[in-house]
Amino acid sequence: MRDKTAIVGLGATPYYRRGASAPQTMEELVGKSILAAVDDAGLSIRDVDGFAYFAGGFDTALLAETLGIPEIRFSATLTGTGGGSAGAIGLASSAIVSGQADVVVCVGANQQGAQRYGSITAAYPATPENAFFSASGLVGPGHMFALLARRHMHLYGTTREDFAEVALSTRANAVTNPNATLRKPMTRDDYFNAPMLADPHCLFDFCLENDGAVATIVTSIERARDLRQKPVRVLASNHGGSRDWGRSIYWMNMPDESFASSGHAAVAKRLYAAAGVEPKDIDNAQIYDHFTSQVIMQLEDYGFCAKGEGGAFVRSGAIRLDGGSLPVNTDGGQLSCGYVWGMTHVREAVEQLRGTAVNQVPDARLALVTGGPSIIPVSGLILAN
Amino acid sequence: MAIAKRPPPELFKLSTNSWTQVFWDATARHELVVARCTDCGHCRIPPTPFCPCCQSQRISWTVLSGDAEVYSYTVVARAIMPGMDDHLPYVPAIITLDGAGGARLISNVVDVEVDDITVGMRLTLVWDDLPDGSVAVPRFTAATASR
Repeated sequence: MRDKTAIVGLGATPYYRRGASAPQTMEELVGKSILAAVDDAGLSIRDVDGFAYFAGGFDTALLAETLGIPEIRFSATLTGTGGGSAGAIGLASSAIVSGQADVVVCVGANQQGAQRYGSITAAYPATPENAFFSASGLVGPGHMFALLARRHMHLYGTTREDFAEVALSTRANAVTNPNATLRKPMTRDDYFNAPMLADPHCLFDFCLENDGAVATIVTSIERARDLRQKPVRVLASNHGGSRDWGRSIYWMNMPDESFASSGHAAVAKRLYAAAGVEPKDIDNAQIYDHFTSQVIMQLEDYGFCAKGEGGAFVRSGAIRLDGGSLPVNTDGGQLSCGYVWGMTHVREAVEQLRGTAVNQVPDARLALVTGGPSIIPVSGLILAN
Repeated sequence: MAIAKRPPPELFKLSTNSWTQVFWDATARHELVVARCTDCGHCRIPPTPFCPCCQSQRISWTVLSGDAEVYSYTVVARAIMPGMDDHLPYVPAIITLDGAGGARLISNVVDVEVDDITVGMRLTLVWDDLPDGSVAVPRFTAATASR
C-alpha cells in the first residue's frame, strides 16, 4: 500500500461546543464536511464512489441520496470505536489499491446534545460482559483510563506534573489557533486547581466535548497529481492490536507489561515497517488525546522513548512546538482545539504536510497520526509530503 | 478525609448467558467463583465459552477465599450523571484475586478512608445483596487481619 494513495481533500465544520451545532442534524454536519472536502480537492461530489468509516460509521445510502452521489462502489467500516480513526484511511487506501473505488471519503463526526461521551459507558446496553464492570461505577472512559494512569504512576514513577505538561503544551498550541475551542493560556496553577474528576485525572486531563465533522478525500497517487492540492501521501495505515489488549478498559485483565499502555505497540511496529521509516524520522505527531496520560503511553508504544519513560520524555519539553524534538498535537489537540473522534488529528497532519498549518512545523515531511486507545482495533497512520 | 462509599446501585445492569450464569448464581450464595480451565488451569474473568490458552470448553468452577489485592484504583468524587451525589466518593478498583492465577475483577474498595487506599493494599471480600436476593455484588474492604 505504501505510496499508492494520497489525501487530497480536507473539509470540516466549525468545532462547536457540545450541543451548540443544533438545529443542524448529524447528517447535515457530515454532509457539509464532505462537500467542503471535495471542493478543497478540486473534485465534484459526483466523483465520490466510496466511503471508509470507523466507530460505526454513517448511513451511506442516506448520504448518497442526500448529496447526490451517482454510484457507490465501496462502503465499509472498521469495527470498534475511536480506535479506528487513523486506520479508516488505510481502509480507503485498500479499496483504491485493490481497484474497488477511486475517490473515497473518510469522515468522522459527533454530536453530543443527547448523550455525553463522558458518561457513555453507563448508556451501553446490558450484556453479560458489561455486567462485570457496570456495578463498579465506571460510567465513562475517563474513569477507566484513570485506572491505567494510576498503574503507570505506580510502575514507573510518572506524576501529575507529567500529565500537566501534556495539558499545558497542548493548550499553548491552541492559543494561536483560531479554530480552537479553548484559547485562553493555561498556567500550571490552573491545572492543579482544576477539579479532580477521576483521580489521578483532573478536568484538564480530559478531552473536550464538541460537536463537529471532519472529512478527508483519499484517491490514487496518480489521480492526486492532477488535483488542486499538494498530495499528502499515505505511507502506511494499519489497524489491529494484540489479544492481550483486546477489550482493554472493559476487561482490565491485560498482562502487567501492557496494562499501563495505550495498546498500540503491535500496530506501531507494523506501521513503521510498512512505511519504511523509524520513530526518529517523524517530525510531527498527532496523537489521539482523549486523556493526557494516554498521550504519554502512546509516545512509549510508538518508540519515541522507552517503556516507562514517557513522563520524563514530555517533562524534557520534547513535545513542545517551541523547541521540542517532536511537536505533538500542534493544533491544540482534542484537549484544547476540538474533539471529533480523532479525525481532527488526520486534519492537522494534512495541514502540516501541506505547509498550511496555523502552527507550522518548519520543513514538516513525515507525520504520525494515531487512533484512539480503546478496544481493538486501534490504528496508526504515517503520512508524507 | 472521606470514607469510600458504594456507587449508585442502579448502574448495575445484570445480563447473563450460559457461561456467566454460574458466576452470578454463586454470588447469591455469597460465593466468589472463578472459571478455571479444566485442561490447562488458566483462570478467566469474565467466564467465556473458550479457554484463550488451549481453546478447551471445560470449566472447573473454583470457590475463592475472597482475599485479594488492589491492582489499581481511581477515586470518583464528582458527579458526572444525575443522582450520583449521595454516593460520592466511591472507588472503582481493579482487584487481583488470590488463588485465581492473577485474574482480576473490576469492583470497588468500600468502607475505607479514601486517602488510605494504595496499590498493593490487601483486601477482603464483602457482599452487597440486591434487593430481590437473586444475585449479590462482590466488593472489597481493607483486610484488617493482615495489617
